[in-house]
Amino acid sequence: MQSGSVLDALASICGADAVLSSPEDLIAYSFDGTAALKTRPAAVVFPRTTEQVADCVRLAASTSTPIVTRGSGTGLSGGAVPTAGSLVVCLTQMDAIVDVDPRNLTLRAQPGAITQRIDEAAGRHGLFYPPDPGSLRISTIGGNVAENSGGLRGLKYGVTRDYVMGLEVVLADGQVARLGSACVKDVAGYSLKDLFIGSEGTLGIITEVLLKLVPRPSARRTMLALYDSIEDAAETVSAIVAARIIPCTLEFLDRVTAGCVEDYAHVGLPTDCDAVLLMETDGHPAAVADEAARMEEIARTHRARDVRTARDEAEALQLAAARRNAFAALARRRPTTILEDVTVPRSELATMVSFIAATAARFNLQIGTFGHMGDGNLHPTFLTDERNADEMHRVHQALDAIVTRTLELGGTITGEHGVGLAKKPWLRQQMGDASYALMKQVKRALDPHGLLNPGKMFD
Amino acid sequence: MRTLHTLDYAVLQQCMHCGMCLPTCPTYDTTKKERNSPRGRIALMRAIADGELAITKTFADEMSYCLGCLACQTACPAGVNYAQLFETARSDIERARVNDAAARRFWRRLSLGFLFTRPRVLRTAGRLMRAYQRSGLEAAVRQFGLTRFLPPALAQLEPQAPRIARRFSNQLIARHETPKNAVKHRVALLTGCIQDLVFPDVNRDTVDVLLANGCAVDTPSPQPCCGSLHAHNGEAELARDLARRMIDLVPPDRYDAIVTNAGGCGSHLRHYGHLLEDDERYRERAQAWDRKMRDASEWLIEIGCRPPAAPPFASPITVTYHDSCHLAHGQKITRQPRALLEMIPGTTLVPLTESTWCCGSAGVYAITQPAQADALLHRKVANIADSGARVVATANPGCQLQIARGLREAGESVDVVHPISLLARAYRRENAT
Repeated sequence: MQSGSVLDALASICGADAVLSSPEDLIAYSFDGTAALKTRPAAVVFPRTTEQVADCVRLAASTSTPIVTRGSGTGLSGGAVPTAGSLVVCLTQMDAIVDVDPRNLTLRAQPGAITQRIDEAAGRHGLFYPPDPGSLRISTIGGNVAENSGGLRGLKYGVTRDYVMGLEVVLADGQVARLGSACVKDVAGYSLKDLFIGSEGTLGIITEVLLKLVPRPSARRTMLALYDSIEDAAETVSAIVAARIIPCTLEFLDRVTAGCVEDYAHVGLPTDCDAVLLMETDGHPAAVADEAARMEEIARTHRARDVRTARDEAEALQLAAARRNAFAALARRRPTTILEDVTVPRSELATMVSFIAATAARFNLQIGTFGHMGDGNLHPTFLTDERNADEMHRVHQALDAIVTRTLELGGTITGEHGVGLAKKPWLRQQMGDASYALMKQVKRALDPHGLLNPGKMFD
Repeated sequence: MRTLHTLDYAVLQQCMHCGMCLPTCPTYDTTKKERNSPRGRIALMRAIADGELAITKTFADEMSYCLGCLACQTACPAGVNYAQLFETARSDIERARVNDAAARRFWRRLSLGFLFTRPRVLRTAGRLMRAYQRSGLEAAVRQFGLTRFLPPALAQLEPQAPRIARRFSNQLIARHETPKNAVKHRVALLTGCIQDLVFPDVNRDTVDVLLANGCAVDTPSPQPCCGSLHAHNGEAELARDLARRMIDLVPPDRYDAIVTNAGGCGSHLRHYGHLLEDDERYRERAQAWDRKMRDASEWLIEIGCRPPAAPPFASPITVTYHDSCHLAHGQKITRQPRALLEMIPGTTLVPLTESTWCCGSAGVYAITQPAQADALLHRKVANIADSGARVVATANPGCQLQIARGLREAGESVDVVHPISLLARAYRRENAT
């Protein structure tokens, strides 16, 4: 993107106060929530309507300016990190929750609406929006849909995709398309909305979402189980699933992670055991009581040192909130924190967890591991220092080893963070040549000039 | 002298820009622009440290727009020391002289360099101010529009100037006071600047409450400013001088605790060790000082404060509590003031929505950023009105002044008090009955 004329045109579309181009502003928009990645964009624009988004896209197309769509910038794969010379289209000003429809159990929102506000709005009608990514207090629903975000409740409730019924999308040529519908059943044509969910801003710009809501569970119980071995924790998870119990949450923290989280949140997490499981069941009070009792028993037969139940709702919320910040809390130990998102079939969890520990030892690295054990989704996190070239080299070797092993076990390189820039090197390895080529073909069909979030997912 | 360039880079690197600070930042909440957020500001500081950005007027404006409320520091999972970054940045800005207008220099030198380093002069200025407020001269100046000769920000603020008290702390408190019963603890009381000029009764109340809990109280006089104002406004060298004077005046080894009742002062006072880490003569005493430093509520809970036997007022009251930013975020003290309020009979503590959200006072913020300060004040006043409380308790004179003004302007009949004052009042009524 060159010159003042594009800036002037943007200002005439969205208003002068909605366009940023000073170095101080561009520095502040040169990163998202991903460590060690930054590039300054050429400008940032804040549209307020779908029409303004469409006009911005047409302007960008006519000037061959790449577009990087952004919400609150909390993504963990570099999806919203600008490319050089790009225009950042930031949707935080389009943050209205348009309506909640309790008769159809749906909620319509603009893309900049904050995830937590969406669940709060649903809650006022006794309804529930379950997906709860770690950054839900500030993440936007548009970003959640574009990344197909997961969270702590994936085991029982699924991920963002399972709650998207319809989308309004601005296409690469500035046309506005409406995909999906408010119908529970709808098989008219290809399910194009599903193509845009998790497309990481590479196919279009989401300007409105229609979400499915579910009844709010009337009871919930949260428990902590403490272990002297990680394998015992992993086997507890497998045993719970095998016992045909589907709790809403089965979160795992290793010793390093529990220590960092406790340093930050002071919620009474034990720091002297090798593994902590945070378990939560919700639903009808009788079912909750029964499931909680059975989960506790399973934990104890798998050598849990102790099983504690949260005193009340406040303590339960505190524990979940503390867990959501595990990743950033790990940054307390070393200057640079590199987060992985490998996911394996649940039966392979214990194998994977042991492999990660062995890899850390083999490359002489510090790794803190936590994750959604119930989903097989692990977040081994390298605690390192980007200024130390030798250590960073070993980090990359260890990363390669972990990814390779994950794929051997039938896993995926990313369970919920997306490919973006961070996982791009391994996408082809996972997908195989045919499906990788198919994906690029889809991209070329929808964005022939490669203007939408170029360089993300693949080159 | 630490600057952004020479600061330990790990402090900057600690921020991994996860964004958890964003929803707790009052300025980001207002503008939704990253530059006005904690991680945005840290990115600018890092760009300066990396030599990618000069210290510009825009950067100076940004750091002036930051309240320094430290809500981000509470929210930060990674443990970024934003207070240190903030003060280093403001100090760099002063040295770079990007804000260098003659009038600004004059007012800064008069206030930070002169008034707030000389306690006797400050008190004399306070007396003159009181005389001005009471003589009718104030009314005359306003009537004839003479405030237009003040700098614009001050002219706007002039009607908000606090009413100066008739007598200051040293006239209300003896240098040494001992409890009626056995002495269990020896403490020194710091009387503050604004607290001393405007709320000396809070200092008297603090002494009374300490006495009632078996503390012998030394209140040295005159006390200089603790340097909080200076450190917060980029005058690091003056802040260090004042810290040394304070340590000389109140040697930490003589006391079990050094007590302050002002959240804003306390947040600075606890970090003399860091401030004087390069000063070989004072380093150890400064570290000893930090270990002795306590907020009044923190100290009282620590020594097992005795619940009063009488209510503070004849009829029951509902009270709510506003967290001073530098008490809650700067010192992580939220439980103790509430615990004190809960132990007072005839008093029901009700929750305050957004109690840890800044009221807009933030030191001199109401002077430097009046529009944002007012917006925050209105939000605070609305939350207080919603709480239904008759009394709002808060433990910092800046908050007390700001919130009282907001409530007055909104026509709300809610009193603003220091929690210690309610406790002192209850103890006094105990003796009366």
